[in-house]
Parts: sequence; C-alpha cells; structure tokens
Amino acid sequence: MAKLKDLASMEDRLVAGHGLCLGCGIPLIFKMVLRATEDPLIIANATGCLEVCTTIFPRTSWNVTWIHSAFENAAATIAGVEAMYKSLKRKGRIPKDKKIKFLGVGGDGGTYDIGLQALSGAVERGHDIVYVCYDNNAYANTGGQRSSATPFGASATTSPEGSQSPGKLQWRKDLTKILVAHNIPYAAQSSPHRWQDLYNKAKKAFETEGPAFLNVLCFCPTEWKYDESQGIRLAQLAADTCIWPLYEVESGKYKVNYKPKEKKPVLEWLKPQGRFRHLFKEENAPILEEFQKQVDRDWEELLKLESF
Amino acid sequence: MSKETWKELTIGTINLDAGNSVKNLTGTWRSGKKPEFIEENCIQCFFCWLYCPHFAILVKDGEVKGINYDYCTGCGICSVECPSKEKSIVMVKEEIELAGGSKK
Amino acid sequence: MSTLKTLNGNQTIAEAVRQIDPDVVAAYPITPSTAIVETIAKFRADGLISGEFVCPESEHSAMSVCIGAASAGGRVMTATASQGLALMWEMLYIAAGLRLPIVAAIANRSLSAPINIHGDHSDTMGARDSGWIQIYSEGCQEAYDNFIQAFRIAEHLDVRTPVLVGLDGFIISHSLEVIQVEDDAKVKKFVGEYKPVYPLFDTDRKMTVGPIDFTDYYFEHKRSQIEGIENAPPVIEAVGKEFGKTFGREYGFFEEYRMDDAETCIVVMSSAAGTCKDAIDELRSEGKKIGLLKPRVFRPFPHQKIAEALKKTKAVAVLDRSSSPGAFGAPLFTEIRSALYDYQERPPIVNYVYGLGGRDIMVEHFKDVAQKLEKIAETGKVEEWLGYINLRE
Repeated sequence: MAKLKDLASMEDRLVAGHGLCLGCGIPLIFKMVLRATEDPLIIANATGCLEVCTTIFPRTSWNVTWIHSAFENAAATIAGVEAMYKSLKRKGRIPKDKKIKFLGVGGDGGTYDIGLQALSGAVERGHDIVYVCYDNNAYANTGGQRSSATPFGASATTSPEGSQSPGKLQWRKDLTKILVAHNIPYAAQSSPHRWQDLYNKAKKAFETEGPAFLNVLCFCPTEWKYDESQGIRLAQLAADTCIWPLYEVESGKYKVNYKPKEKKPVLEWLKPQGRFRHLFKEENAPILEEFQKQVDRDWEELLKLESF
Repeated sequence: MSKETWKELTIGTINLDAGNSVKNLTGTWRSGKKPEFIEENCIQCFFCWLYCPHFAILVKDGEVKGINYDYCTGCGICSVECPSKEKSIVMVKEEIELAGGSKK
Repeated sequence: MSTLKTLNGNQTIAEAVRQIDPDVVAAYPITPSTAIVETIAKFRADGLISGEFVCPESEHSAMSVCIGAASAGGRVMTATASQGLALMWEMLYIAAGLRLPIVAAIANRSLSAPINIHGDHSDTMGARDSGWIQIYSEGCQEAYDNFIQAFRIAEHLDVRTPVLVGLDGFIISHSLEVIQVEDDAKVKKFVGEYKPVYPLFDTDRKMTVGPIDFTDYYFEHKRSQIEGIENAPPVIEAVGKEFGKTFGREYGFFEEYRMDDAETCIVVMSSAAGTCKDAIDELRSEGKKIGLLKPRVFRPFPHQKIAEALKKTKAVAVLDRSSSPGAFGAPLFTEIRSALYDYQERPPIVNYVYGLGGRDIMVEHFKDVAQKLEKIAETGKVEEWLGYINLRE
C-alpha cells in the first residue's frame, strides 16, 4: 500500500505557483490522481478553474503533457489523442514498449453539463481513457452560477435565494450513475479527504483497459462560502452525512467504500456553508426536511444496489 | 523582462517551459495570518503536505521540514488537519509590510 | 498506374483517403457528405486503410477528436457539411489557432432555417474568418486533386494551417464523373510522410498546449497565427505546379476561361463554373467578348492576382452562392470589389446571388447576366449592384 511519505518524494506533475484560490480543493485532488500512474501521461483539460488558473501564458503549472481546446470537449479531445496513439502504434511510429496514459479532466460545468455529450460519446466508443471530474457544485470559474451538480437549496448566482425562492429548486444530477449506465468497466466516486480511497481509485482507473470515470467532490471556499481552512472537514462531513457517498462500480458491481458508523444529519454539512444560510430561516424548514429525506433515499438505494 | 514579439512565440500557442509557474510566488497573497511549524510536535504523518493546495510544505530527505512561505497563501488547512497531539502547525498573526511602509 | 474511374464526388474523396491513409479520420455523417464517412468506415472494416476511424457522437466532437489527434502528432482528416460545419464552428477557430494541419472535405450545403439539404456555399462562407484555408472544386476531378494537394499545403512547415476543400453538395458530391484516379504509390509519394511539429507524443517535452492568454499575449499569438495563412500563397502555387508535373493537371489560385480579350467577365466558383463555360462558349460563338474567372482558392484570398486579371475588363459580375445579410454584397463580391479599389482604372462591378438551397443555375441565366454586363460596359453605369438569379419575384 502506498505511503504518503513515498508519494511526497515523487515529482509533482502539477506544481506550485498556480493561481487557484486559497484553500481550493482542486490541487490536492490532482496531487493524488497524477501520482496514481508513473507512465507518461497526456491530459486534456476542459475550460474551467483548473485550466485557467494553471496556464496563464507565459506561465504554466503543468509538469506533464497537457492540452486544452475548449469547454465542452475534454473527453473528445483526449479521445482523439488516444485514437492517434492506437493508430501510430499499429503503424509502428510509436515504439511498442512506450506506454502512455490518457486523462480527461473537467469541472462539473465541463462534465455534468456542457461536456456531458462528448463524455458520453467518448466512453461509449470505448476509448482507453480516464476521465476525472472535480465537482465543486458550481460554475466556479465564472463566479458561481448553478450547475446540474449544484445541490438542492443552494444559492448560486443563477439560482439565487430571494423572498420568492429558496435557492436552487432542483435535485442534483447523479452523474456517476449516468456513467455507470454506459456499462463502462470502471466508475467511482471519491473525495480528497480520504487520500487512499482517491489514490487507489485513480490507480484502478489508470489500470483499467477501456474508459474509466472518477467523480471527485471538490470543496470550494469561494462558492460554498465557508472558512477556507475547513475544506477537508467539509469533505469528511459530506461522506459522513452520506451526501457524497464513496463508492465504485466495477463491471457493473457496486461497492460502497465508506459507511459512516453513525450517519450524521445533513444539517452538519449545510450549516458551515454560506450558500445554504438561507435554508435555516424558519420558512425554509420544509426544504431542509426534504433535503434530508432525499439524501436518505439515495443512500438506501445505493446500499440496495451494493447488495445485488 | 521584456515580452516576446509575435515572431518570437512558438507557433500554435504552446508553452514549452514546463512547470515555470514556480516563479509565481503565491505567498504574496497571505494577509494577516501564516502557519508556523513546530518541529518537535511533528509526527511526520504528511497530512499537511497532502492537503496543502499550494504545494507549500517543505519536504526534505523524506521528512516534513516546515512551510515554504514563497507559496503559502495562509489558508490554514494544514493547521486544521494536523493530527498530532500538540499541533505541529499553528496559525499565527503575520504583519505584512505594504508598499509605503505601512503594515496590515 | 493512373486509371479512369466513374465516381461521384464523395467517392473521389474517399478514394483519395484510401490512398493517403491518414492516421486518424474522425467524422460524423451528414447529408450530403455521408457517403465519404461511410466509405471510409468500410475501408477500415475491410483493412484497406490502417489509420484509426473514429465516429463521434457529433460534428463538434468530430472536430475535437481531430484536434486531439492532430496535436498528438499525426495526419488527420474529416468530412462534413452544412449544419455539421456550423456545429464545428467553435472548434474550427481552435484548430487554426493551434496551427493544426487538419484537412476537411466539405460537401457544400445550405444552412437552416429553413432546413434544406441541397448545395450552396453558406456553410463554408460562414467559416471564412475561422483561419482555415479554403479551396473550392468545380467537379469530381478537381475535388480529388484539391483534396490530395490540401495535405501538402496544410502540413507545409511555413503554413501549418488547416485546409478545407469544398465540393458542391449533390451537384458534385452525388454526381458521377469519369475521373483520373492516380496510382496509389504515386499519390502516397506526392503527399509524403507526415512531419509532426511539437507532437504531444513527445511526452518528455511536457508541453502545455492551448493555454490561456490575457491581454498581454493574445494579440501576439493571433498575429503569429495569421502569418501561417499569409505564408500559404507560394506554397499553394508550388504544390499546384508540382501536382501538374506529377499528374498532368496543374492548379493555380483561379482559372481563367476565354479571358484573353474579354471585355466583360463573370466570376463564379465551383460547379456553376462548368455551366458558365458552356454559356461563355455560346456567347463567344455569337461574337461576345466575355470570359470567366473561377476562383479556386478563397482563403487566403488572391486579391492582387484577381484584381490584375479583372482590371482591364469593362464590367464584372460576381456570382455568389451564399448571402451575407446586411452586408455590402455577398462574400466573394466584397472581396473582389475591395481588391479592385487600389486601381485607378477599374471596371464597374455587380453582384448576383444564385443557387441558394440548391436552386439551379442554367446557361440561360448566365446569358442574362452577360446581357446586363454588356449594357454596363456600354454605359459604364451600374444601376443595381445586387441581383438574384432564378428567384421568383
């Protein structure tokens, strides 16, 4: 099993001097993901926080081959790179013993929403790629608009709370299950607070032949509006309240990787975050109740899926 | 540093200078607080290294040695996540000299 | 050995693809270019090509796959038309900005609304500022020849710019023509080996491709991009000549038909030029001094050469198979009118929009235009600078 001490001695593929917000969850996700393979790696990055904040020309935070082309097409772009790899291998223009891994990366905007079609197409075609979504629940790069990953009741700039609205009215899209429905060999949900879970899943994804998908919850102090030192605490709470279950689906078989000994009430996750502050007004009590019920339903459903 | 003319740029918007953002010192973002490393309390769990978003934990010869203030933005995650009995990273006030000599 | 084959436009493109065997073909089927994609898929299934064939879920992804594949370090092509090209629009600019020598065959078709599957140039004209080189074909033979040359032009180290080759939807894409299909090995040799420039597969280099520019670099990168297409004319010319030497059919920026002593001139691109030639022959037999100028390369626009060819005439009609609503004339017209501006002596010039949505243009329509030109040449006056051909008014 990997030890942090050893991982720390590996060369960073994403380096210091990036412009991501203080307390941002993205870099620590990729600190683990990029260590999960030692093969040469090519990354296609969708437009978003990670892309913008790491490549402001003439600086780059990437110490690995990296390409960005647009917002909605990271999966198609990396699929193209992989297709060329297959072709040139067949034609003998890439040495037989040279192994390259292919990684598509996007936020929830570039993955759940505008990039969903390209991702669906790429995994359906069976490209040998890994796709990692860092889900920070909003279009954070453009100032916190709602996405289909934004939780129910959250106030986002395009689903603001107001006297006539309790914030976002819709439940979040379950993207991981959508990927599972593509019958890909490996799909999983993880979170940066459990580094072994994240590291192991990324490793499995890289070792999977064919498409693998990893959905990682990414805390965001700027858009979730909490004290920026509390990111890992919030990630832990998301798992303990079962708002963000850690599970994986290998060839159709569900496995829940973390079951809290005592499931905490969702309030504990919601309370520290400014985007949910309005839910604690008296008139929004039914919203909180509905929130808890939905989380409970989803969790039970997941446990059932595991037991099949 | 004078910037390149268009003729001097690599064709196709490519940056060939991998990882050169280390020249951006994000430590200048700190305002008012900074982590302080207390070596004798450290149990070498590497959580601070793991959870630091800004690659600001100094690791040498397989040991955590302190904070790299060139990059530390003072977010405080390292201190919160430090699991040692007596915290080996604590947040302290930091006076920053502003241009013109005033302090904040 | 060169052989004569009866093929339609789509088949000629597919045939060239088989001969060139690009490393990756990524394309989404759309009328009227579908058969190109189908035929390539079948070639792959039958082992006649060894490159990878990717059939993405949309044209946007098709061009994105092309961009990933070309960046990776190999030869790439696609085919599309109309709405498909429109859906690629965002990625066309990015392909050009990243200086990727992707080649696209476009079976030119109108744009919705109303939806219509037939031929006009609205699709590629809409992409005229995307940074792609644009070459148009009069028939199947030209489509085949242009497509082969496109790789040489796109991949030239001074150019490194994507190229699209237009063939009129249905009129060329679906019409049979007896064409000269060149020897496989000779075509392969003409196109040559692909030379990657900054390929992603050079993973030791750890490049960052497609980073974000702020106000301090965007302008310089754009200017650098413009240089690629500005460098294209001598390359297009040299490749056209070499093609002539190798295969016996030489190409330039445009074709002049009976222009030597022409007093009036019709400018028209692509398949309609063939019909126009018939009209010119008839008019010439009636003693009219009229000629045709058929632009082949629309981007980069050979403004000086075209102006030189037209400056001595007494009246010019530019026929556009697309419209540019609200503009001072359709795309080809504005280019040519602007090109003539620097000349003290220049002919009066008029614009006709024709053939939208596949509407026919016949010999008699060209003859009508010729008659109007004759009047303009006589009086030196343009009464109406814009007209529509074969439109119910």
